[in-house]
Amino acid sequence: MTDNTQVSSQYAIRLQDLTKSFGETLAVDHLSVSIKRGEIFGLLGPNGAGKTTTIRMLSALIAPTSGTAWIDGNQLGKQDQEIRRNVGILTESPGLYESLSAERNLAFFAQMYEIENISESVEKYLRMLGLWDRRFEAVGTFSKGMRQKLAIARALLHEPNVLFLDEPTSNLDPEAARLIREFIASIKHDGRTIMLCTHNLDEADRLCDRVAVLKSHLLALDTPTALRRKLFGRSVVFHLHKTLPKYRETVKKYQFVKSAEIVDNKLLVKLDKPEEQNPILIRSLVQAGAEIQFVGELRRRLEDVYLQLIDMEKSQ
Amino acid sequence: MKKVWVIIRKEWSEVFKNRLVLGTVAFLPLLFTAIPLVTLYYTGTGNNADSAIAATDLPPQFAQLCGDLNGTECMQYYIVSQFLILFMLIPLILPMTFASYSIVGEKRTHTLEPLLATPITTFELLAGKALAASIPGILATWLAFLVYEIGARILAISPHVLARLSDPLWLIAIFISGPLLAIAAVSIAMMISSRVNEPRVAEQISALFVLPLVGLFIGQSTGLLLVNQTLIIYMTIGLIVLDAGLLAFATQFFQRENILTRWK
Ligand SMILES: Nc1ncnc2c1ncn2[C@@H]1O[C@H](COP(=O)(O)OP(=O)(O)OP(=O)(O)O)[C@@H](O)[C@H]1O
Ligand SMILES: [Mg+2]
Repeated sequence: MTDNTQVSSQYAIRLQDLTKSFGETLAVDHLSVSIKRGEIFGLLGPNGAGKTTTIRMLSALIAPTSGTAWIDGNQLGKQDQEIRRNVGILTESPGLYESLSAERNLAFFAQMYEIENISESVEKYLRMLGLWDRRFEAVGTFSKGMRQKLAIARALLHEPNVLFLDEPTSNLDPEAARLIREFIASIKHDGRTIMLCTHNLDEADRLCDRVAVLKSHLLALDTPTALRRKLFGRSVVFHLHKTLPKYRETVKKYQFVKSAEIVDNKLLVKLDKPEEQNPILIRSLVQAGAEIQFVGELRRRLEDVYLQLIDMEKSQ
Repeated sequence: MKKVWVIIRKEWSEVFKNRLVLGTVAFLPLLFTAIPLVTLYYTGTGNNADSAIAATDLPPQFAQLCGDLNGTECMQYYIVSQFLILFMLIPLILPMTFASYSIVGEKRTHTLEPLLATPITTFELLAGKALAASIPGILATWLAFLVYEIGARILAISPHVLARLSDPLWLIAIFISGPLLAIAAVSIAMMISSRVNEPRVAEQISALFVLPLVGLFIGQSTGLLLVNQTLIIYMTIGLIVLDAGLLAFATQFFQRENILTRWK
């Protein structure tokens, strides 16, 4: 085992064989992941994959069946109160007192977190999330987006080092969702570690440094880019003025070309090292008479990566 | 312990926005104070030689209740003690209503999860909720009793009956059994409402526990039993045992994780 102080300074969250079963259901199966300080970490997976259960365990809401985790240096099951003090959580549903005002909701939770300057923190986050003008209104009259913002404000009130966000943008209109995404990106710069559950894979792609795909056990874990490369390799797209079958043959004669196909007026070529191999291909294509309009790397959507992973899991 | 008070204040500011709960809190004590006072007023004004009730006209068990009181006095004392049993419904029903709305409300808004994510202890949470639910009921009982006592004096009933009204029997009932009843009511209502999704269903199931008191009321009306000092003392001892049992059970029942995963 590595020295614990070192571990805690490098990693904000470390899971070791974290497992949770509800009776017969194995919700989370021996999950081991280490998340660096300041990282935005995405937790992806189909419905019932155990994302919420993982977050609940890591915020000391429910106890693991076996295994353990360290959150900001505190061990689950041994320092639960410390963990609760140091993590913020946006739960699946916002969970606000409907008959109380926005301000009263936050002030109540601020007292639960034993915050010193309650009115200051409350004002800071109400302003940050654009709810200051409506602070005296009952939450029952709020729209979904406003509630979500208020719930995010609550998760941040006590300035936690670690933040868990369970589907922060689900059910929101595109504009509200974007606001919240930008907000998440902005608080990352404060050095917070954020674990984000989402079904919006573009969102995960844009926000997350690394993602884990979960289906009770871990299916894959890496940066979105690395996952793309692992699953699909790298592909280069040549937009040609006119695509002739012979251009395909031109590139195929190189051993390093793994595959080449023509789709509409594009030539798609799979390569290992496009940085080195592209110039060679471009030269040959030009010599063969092709008029190249654009060259670019084909960016697979994270969604394709995700669906591929889930398919692979199913066929096993 | 500061957080217990924070919880209590939150509960009150929430629940007092609920008209139905507010209505119950105000209406029940008013009703239970008004009825006996009005009845006393009418029996009191009839307190002259013509309409005086002879002790021999009363059912035989009254003699035991009344001792050396004359017929009319005995009748009045009977009414007073009969309605004081009804008074004991206040510390039962108000806390039940409060607790049912508070727990079911918390489940409906899904606020338990963010609440349990804070460093509040389960004890602080439950104590806060239980106190928030029982304090208004207990205070309302005491207030209603006070109004009743004053009212009874103003209505100039016989000094013999007045003396009986300050009987330690009733002081025990109101000031000791009342809070004990409230504790039992709150524990029961909290356990039941943690398992149902409608505050009214919780109230109705909890209301079954009101039946023993109603039984007492009917028992005395029909002469099956008499609410005397011995009975009140037995009841109080019984309540202490019941409360201890309920609280011990509740600490097992309300484990932090269960609150989150089983309260559906
Ligand atoms: N309190 C509970 N009691 C019993 N089973 C539960 C409980 N909570 C979760 N589960 C089960 O654990 C599994 C994982 O659920 P979880 O809510 O963690 O999934 P999720 O990944 O968050 O799904 P979603 O994307 O739908 O939110 C599911 O099979 C679920 O039925
Ligand atoms: Mg979930």
